[in-house]
Amino acid sequence: MSSTVLTPADDRSRFQQSPSAPSLLQLVRVELRKSADTRAGRWLLVAIAAAALLVVGLQLFFDDGVDGSFAYFFTASQFPVGLLLPVLGILLVTSEWSQRTAMTTFALVPRRSQVLTAKVLAATVLAVLGVLAAAAVSALATALTPVVTDLEAGWELSGAQLAQVLLVQIVYVLVGVAFGMLLLSSPLAIVLYFLLPTVFTILVSTVGALDWVQNWLDLSMTTIPMYEGQLDGQGWAQVGTSVALWLLLPLVVGWLRIQRAEIA
Amino acid sequence: MIAIEHLTKRYGTQLAVSDVSFECAPGTVTGFLGPNGAGKSTTLRSLCGLATPTSGAATVAGRAYRDLPNAGRHVGVLLDAGAQHAGRTGRESLVLSAMVLGVGRSRVDEVLELVGLAGSPAGKRVGKYSLGMRQRLGLATALLGDPQVLVLDEPANGLDPEGIFWMRGLLRGFADRGGTVLLSSHLLHEVEAVADQLVVIAGGRIVAQGSKAELLTTRGTVVRAADPTALEQALAAAGIPATAGRSGALIADAEPEAVGRVAAAAAVVLVELRPADGGGLEELFRSLTGSTDTPPAGTAPAAHQVQEARA
Repeated sequence: MSSTVLTPADDRSRFQQSPSAPSLLQLVRVELRKSADTRAGRWLLVAIAAAALLVVGLQLFFDDGVDGSFAYFFTASQFPVGLLLPVLGILLVTSEWSQRTAMTTFALVPRRSQVLTAKVLAATVLAVLGVLAAAAVSALATALTPVVTDLEAGWELSGAQLAQVLLVQIVYVLVGVAFGMLLLSSPLAIVLYFLLPTVFTILVSTVGALDWVQNWLDLSMTTIPMYEGQLDGQGWAQVGTSVALWLLLPLVVGWLRIQRAEIA
Repeated sequence: MIAIEHLTKRYGTQLAVSDVSFECAPGTVTGFLGPNGAGKSTTLRSLCGLATPTSGAATVAGRAYRDLPNAGRHVGVLLDAGAQHAGRTGRESLVLSAMVLGVGRSRVDEVLELVGLAGSPAGKRVGKYSLGMRQRLGLATALLGDPQVLVLDEPANGLDPEGIFWMRGLLRGFADRGGTVLLSSHLLHEVEAVADQLVVIAGGRIVAQGSKAELLTTRGTVVRAADPTALEQALAAAGIPATAGRSGALIADAEPEAVGRVAAAAAVVLVELRPADGGGLEELFRSLTGSTDTPPAGTAPAAHQVQEARA
């Protein structure tokens, strides 16, 4: 039976002058809003800012090694951001399943890769915002240095450090997104996100023969120089291989699974 | 305009939906009926691109759901009222959908008003909503994009009688303005008041399908006698086919007057004589839904008969 015959003209014409699909930019805005419009999301953002403040505050008052430079505070303030922001990345994906909003999300945007791309981009924006927040906190600490210590404030920051810090934060938040996509469960993804790399590090560092594994596949080790902008030629290759294992692999597997899975 | 064509969905060895075909025309409400686990939700998920059929197709206005450029502007979908973020307010849930659909905030206020959640309920977190309020919020989400087609899975669940009455009016109005409505239910009486067309599914297959008039028209006569055997013999002698009904009654394929005359001629005392309920759909539905709605035939009525026999 042909549907053309049975469909009244007005029905069909409405379909033809159909409103266009939401742009990727619009979907990214939606995802960013989702990450902050629940209590869990809001408190996580507050916790990240508070932890960054706490870290530079402790340094300012109690750290003997503090040199009053912006770069020093900037490096240190990245750790709380890098620790908590990936959780936001995980929840960006897993809350759709734990709260079952995936049904609404994918009914509105049936091309699932559009939604997943928007989530990846939104997480990237969050990482940039996290670095900016850390920079603001660091600037505050730098400005206060001459006031609370007898050191002078130093405002230099190398372009390499800024770029590598941005990159490492983006990598970590996307590892969170990838774990979320692979596991689709908030508690499971959060626990494994923190547990797996730690177990991995302990394993490869206790077994001497596995040194090369640590050098090439342990993301927490390969990215250490990035916080100070000191990654060199081989370092880039080692970051590349560890990113392939911890980010690309779960991302690709999770992505393909979500595209094929039944949403219920 | 919805068309489901030879839709089959298999999970491993289990056949959830088998060769299901039906169409929903603009201006009509289609009731998609069946017991829990009959394949209703799987069919609707396949229609909305959330499940991929093993074979067959489901289209809206001739297009696969996934090919609709802005799906929510064509098809309003409510598949599970529980599938909403408990931590968001009702209004926030709608604002997120409105951003995807590209409709303004004023539309959010309109649908909140329409479903009766305007004011303070809109500002409450969904976690504090009753199931009825979640259904209303789900319906608001479905209506947000001003679609021409509505696909609703068990929308009456959790609504109070007044809410069900309200929803019927809303869906009827939607269809009367040229919209297409497909709604599922496991309760016949929930949809028979509003549906123009009924599709009954059981065990993944369609077991009855047609306009409400066709499926629910009165046919035959329910007759119960003090002496059922005598009545059966009298009807057989008169050439009126009869089958066993519930509570010892017979369903005779004739007008009540004809049945009454046969009984009078044979001097059989009748205790009940009335036109049968709609076309056997109710009976069919009861047999499909099993013991959930009614006590299983044969137990309680049998005990009743024994008491009657003693008296």
